[in-house]
Amino acid sequence: MNFHFNQEEQDVLDMLHDFCLKEVAPIAAEIDETERFPEETWHKLADMGMMGIAYPEEYGGAGMSYLTYIGACEELAKHCATTSVMVSAHSSLCCWPIAEYGTEEQKQKYLTKLASGEWLGAFGLTEPGAGTDAAMQKTVAEDKGDHWLLNGSKIFITNAGFAQVFIVMAMTDKSLGTKGISAFIVEKGTPGFSIGAHEKKMGIRGSSTCELIFEDCKIPKENLLGGLGKGFKVAMTTLDGGRIGIGAQALGIAQAAIDATVKYTSERVQFGKRISQFQNTQFQLADMQAKVDAARLLVYRAAQAKQDHEPYSHLAAMGKLYASEAASDVTRRCLQLIGGYGYTREYPFERFMRDAKITEIYEGTSEVQRMVISGWMGVK
Amino acid sequence: MNMLVCVKQVPDTTEIKIDPVKNTLIREGVPSIVNPFDGYALEAAARIKDADPSAKIVVLSMGPEQAKAALKECLAIAADKAYLVSGRAFGGSDTLATSYIISEAVKKVEEIEGKFDVIFCGKQAIDGDTAQVGPELAEHLGYPQVTYGLEAEVDGDTIKVKKEVEDGVEVIAAKMPAVVTFTKPAWDPRYPTIKRKMAANRAEIPVLGEDAFPEIDTTRIGLKGSPTHVKKTFVPQKKTGGVKIKEETAEESAKKLFQLLSDASII
Repeated sequence: MNFHFNQEEQDVLDMLHDFCLKEVAPIAAEIDETERFPEETWHKLADMGMMGIAYPEEYGGAGMSYLTYIGACEELAKHCATTSVMVSAHSSLCCWPIAEYGTEEQKQKYLTKLASGEWLGAFGLTEPGAGTDAAMQKTVAEDKGDHWLLNGSKIFITNAGFAQVFIVMAMTDKSLGTKGISAFIVEKGTPGFSIGAHEKKMGIRGSSTCELIFEDCKIPKENLLGGLGKGFKVAMTTLDGGRIGIGAQALGIAQAAIDATVKYTSERVQFGKRISQFQNTQFQLADMQAKVDAARLLVYRAAQAKQDHEPYSHLAAMGKLYASEAASDVTRRCLQLIGGYGYTREYPFERFMRDAKITEIYEGTSEVQRMVISGWMGVK
Repeated sequence: MNMLVCVKQVPDTTEIKIDPVKNTLIREGVPSIVNPFDGYALEAAARIKDADPSAKIVVLSMGPEQAKAALKECLAIAADKAYLVSGRAFGGSDTLATSYIISEAVKKVEEIEGKFDVIFCGKQAIDGDTAQVGPELAEHLGYPQVTYGLEAEVDGDTIKVKKEVEDGVEVIAAKMPAVVTFTKPAWDPRYPTIKRKMAANRAEIPVLGEDAFPEIDTTRIGLKGSPTHVKKTFVPQKKTGGVKIKEETAEESAKKLFQLLSDASII
């Protein structure tokens, strides 16, 4: 067992840390307040090679390890949760299924531009009537001989307003249930494909979350991803990996909250003492740090398993479940230690709390993670 | 286009603390960085290379073995090749000796990399703050020099430099080869990329030791070759006291200031 990033991985994370201090942290509060997508950060990260960290260099990536990528999701989230999910939705949910299931032509056409960060990617599974019950897909793709005809809509799609490429699930044969779902690569600007309004959210407010609308949208035949009827498998395995990125995001948010609380309580004086001198503060922070470190080990273990091509679906579920619940708990307790100032938007604590909540919901709710884990345990 | 950028590894002065008893700098645990002004010089070279991808950027530093870290940082950002000048005989050099050694090193590196069209330096290092090495280097080499550069562009056989002056900017053209020193421009230098960083980690950096300079004038290098001697380094006493004037309005403040000066028979 080795609980360290190797030197190359650490070098990349150090580079990203410096970048975040100068480019990500200073705008985090502003993009939250104004619900602005940090488009400029996407381009700067692309220049550095951070939009495709773990993809091969021949497909535009940086050729680094999966652990580096997970460390990067965590580092970004320490400074801005919106920026972290911009990268992880792009990399985990759009680049990955193309890298894993795509044909050589699809990889050449899409992955090279996505992994280099020239294009941004998104993923569309959720529908108004198909959230956790993802099998209830209403979006339909009809085989029209020389093309697919897509009709339906997707909601809550991360990166939607700025993405060039979307992985979209649709029913190709309703009679087959989940085996009748197929995955498609859909390009922005395809006739019949439009992007709906930006959702106003509680947290990760700078993230571009929109509806996707397909009205007689013609998709080229060759844009079927992973084979006919394989869409549910594509989606589920994609989300298995995505969960590790979200777990890392939760770690970053939680650690940022703890770090800021340590700093604040070491300065704030009440009853003639720094708040950090009170044992309640010390014990609370110690508990929180132990919890976040435990979560970190779970998330990193899942990442290591994925990197080593071992089964990791249950490990990813455990990591995301524990890390996201730790993040919600820790950010709430940190705000309580700060008190009234923590409730104001002058400080980042209320943002940490709002941002943490989503990690318990997207890419599979905590309840879904429990289903995955208990299923793996054989508890029926 | 063949460019040389001279860089120095310096302690990160934003991280430096003063020992309150001894009144000296605490250097332990202070991270080393590329002198920020040298970073601007590298960025200026990188911008020339953006416009002309066939251009080459070589970085050169003088210092101990650990200065390779600074050179690797430059490789990760934009440089193509790096050389370190390092040797005991060079230790203790002041700016005059340093610039002489670097001028000799330029000739050595040119034997490998070809003649440099321009040599870019930071206007000064943030540790010594002398701003002498760049101009002295130009003198040793007999090159024209432009100091306080903000931007540079190649125009035929000249380098056109936008130069900061007290009340604005001047644009000066110098025939190449020339030395340009750079100050802080309006833009930030670029970030390293993952690919360049990994390549930089693997890069071998040639070290030019004393033996690389058989013809160097040994009376002009090191402590012996340095006419400048530092007698004492100290932190100036912090000024205390003083009078703060902050009345309700600016007019009242001005009146109070006038009164104080008048009472003290200063005006």
